[in-house]
Formats: sequence, C-alpha cells, structure tokens
Amino acid sequence: MTSLAQFTQPELPYKYSDLEPYIDAATMEIHYSKHHAGYVANLNNAAKGTAIEKMSIDELITKIDGNTPAGVRNNAGGTWNHTFFWESMAPKAGGEPGGNLGKALIAQWGSLDAFKAEFKKAALGQFGSGWAWLVIANGKLSIVSTPNQDNPLMPVTSVSGTPLLGIDVWEHAYYLKYQNKRADYVDNFWSVVNWNKVEARFKSSSK
Amino acid sequence: MAFELPKLPYELNALEPHISQKTLEFHYGKHHQAYVTNLNNLVPGTAFEKSDLETIVKKADGGIFNNGAQVWNHTFYFMQFSKKGPKTPTGNLAKAINEEFGSFTAFKEAFTKAAATLFGSGWAWLVKNKSGKLEIIQESNAGNPLRSGHTPVLTCDVWEHAYYLDTQNRRPDYLVNFWEILDWDIIGKRF
Repeated sequence: MTSLAQFTQPELPYKYSDLEPYIDAATMEIHYSKHHAGYVANLNNAAKGTAIEKMSIDELITKIDGNTPAGVRNNAGGTWNHTFFWESMAPKAGGEPGGNLGKALIAQWGSLDAFKAEFKKAALGQFGSGWAWLVIANGKLSIVSTPNQDNPLMPVTSVSGTPLLGIDVWEHAYYLKYQNKRADYVDNFWSVVNWNKVEARFKSSSK
Repeated sequence: MAFELPKLPYELNALEPHISQKTLEFHYGKHHQAYVTNLNNLVPGTAFEKSDLETIVKKADGGIFNNGAQVWNHTFYFMQFSKKGPKTPTGNLAKAINEEFGSFTAFKEAFTKAAATLFGSGWAWLVKNKSGKLEIIQESNAGNPLRSGHTPVLTCDVWEHAYYLDTQNRRPDYLVNFWEILDWDIIGKRF
C-alpha cells in the first residue's frame, strides 16, 4: 500500500514570474519548490507514526506548545506560514484595502500609511529569521512578529492572534533580488498584497 | 571611540570559487559594515559608551548586543580564511581534535552537522570550554560563546546572507566549500 502524504503543499495560485518585478521569478521558484516543499516533506517525516499524522495543518498549528519537538514546530510552521504567504499575494494586486478592513486599519493606526509604517517597523525589527504579522484577537487588530517559523496561532509563541497578513523576512525571501536591503523588499511587498484575501480573512474572523 | 570595520587581510575575490566576490561584497561591505554603523549609533549615552567590543558581547542586551556580537562574530569569521594556510589542523589543536572527536574527519562531520541543522539564522562554533576541552555548539542569531565563558576557536556563519547568492537553499554545499578556505595556522593560534 502506498501511504499518502498527510500534509500537502497547495499549488501556487499564480506563476513564479507573476509577482515581478517586486518579487523575482528565481526567488519564487526556489522559495516555493525548495524551501516550502522542504518544510512539507520534513513535516511528513516528523509526523510519521505519530498522532500528528491525522491532524490537519490548521489544527496542528494550534497545538504547538513547549513540549512539541523542534522538528514538528519548525516544519509545521514552515508549511503553514508559506501557504498563507503565497495566498497573501497576487499578481496585479496591491493598492489600498477598502471596506471594513480599510476602516478598521485607519481606526487602529490613524491612517493606512501609519499602519504600513508600523508593519514595516515590525518586519525590520525582527532580528534574524522570522515573520511580521497583522493579526486580530478579540476584534482588535495588532502587529506582531515571530522568530523563525513560529506563528501567532501557536500556543508556544509570546504573541497571539489570528493572522490576516504575513511577510516572510527570512533572508531567503528576498536575498537574490534585494540582498541586505530588507527595507526595499518590505516597501515593494505592498505592490503585491492581495487585499481581497486579507479582507476575506478579516470578515471570517469577525463572524 | 568609534568602532571600525577591520580591513580584510585578503582581496574580495580571494576566496573564489568557494565564496564569491559578490557574496563578500555584501557580507563584508554591507552586513558587517551595517553592524559596525548600528553599534556606533546605539552606544552613545549608554553604559557601554566606553566599553570595548568584548565587554559589549559579554554584557549587553538587545540591539547593542545584537550589533556588537555581530561585529565580533563577523570579524572572527572573516579573519579565519585564507587560501594559503594549511588545510588541516596542526600541533596542539590537531591533538585536541583527535582526542575529543577521534579524528579530523569525525570532527568535520560533527561540526558540519551542527552548522547544517541550526534552524534559522545563527552560528556554529568550535570552542574551548572552561575545562579546556573542545566542544561544538550552536548559537542563534548573534549568539556568541564568550557569554558562557567559552573560548571561540572556529565559527561558521549560517545566516542565509552568508551563502544565498552562491548556493541559495543548499546550505550543505556552502559547508563543503567552507572547509576549503580555512587557515588552520590562524585557527590554531586561537586555541
């Protein structure tokens, strides 16, 4: 009997070159087909023969605490975070968030520019590898960051909330195009943010 | 007194093809330089204003530690390379490596594993511990073994910026190249 891989890597919802010139095709290809695929493969290896095997990735993420082995924590995070990241971007996207999300961001930070500045600060302030997030918890928006492949949904992290938007600030996310200039990568990220998706996440979080 | 970026004892293309000139241009010219600049911007008006780098590495926290330790770590890393030195340890260090790890080959394997499995950004270290024995340790981000009383002997930078332009996701390929440019005369003197 062939065993089916429990955790899978969803297809990228666009082509590697579709986020050019903001995110280059070479970066997308390596990021998706090597880094992300690697996390999924390693997670399946780590899960084999354990109770985790029967869980969905969404469920697993919410169970990662101080007792979780590093191999599960890191690879589950890498699996979930990247899938979330790909869906947070789209070709010909960017612009400004509208509707209730736009209103909520302005209500929280005063203006969209102020929100973006705060998000950028979190993305630049994450020393080493990690992620910056826009999250919602009990109806309140906030910006947080997590090291490595941790995620605000994991009980093990010091921050909490449901992610609405995330940016990968591991150097592998931008080094081929931006090298040491993480700030330029973050500035250009806004040109590919899929606000429709972020808005949909916001709506389902307030249900 | 301001901290300064130390001059490299070799040209930026001297480590080709193992580490490319482009990687060194960024790694030394941008990253290492930025840590120096940031540190100089952070220390004025703090308790570390008159401290030497080693004190900062041992005692500071937060941004001052991160930048100070990254200055120290990168200097230590860049200074251990040349293409002229012996490719294997000699003298007392060779003896200690054999005693602790069985052979140079076994040591290389253990050190490579530590460098390959360090998750995220950080450094793999060969250190002499307080009882004088060799040990391989992993440190995340700017981590530095001086803080735990060890004497650093050798280090490998596994931040992605150390290798991404050359070998991208293939950190193990970078680690193969790493052994080709170590100068064991320099490393032996640290021991």
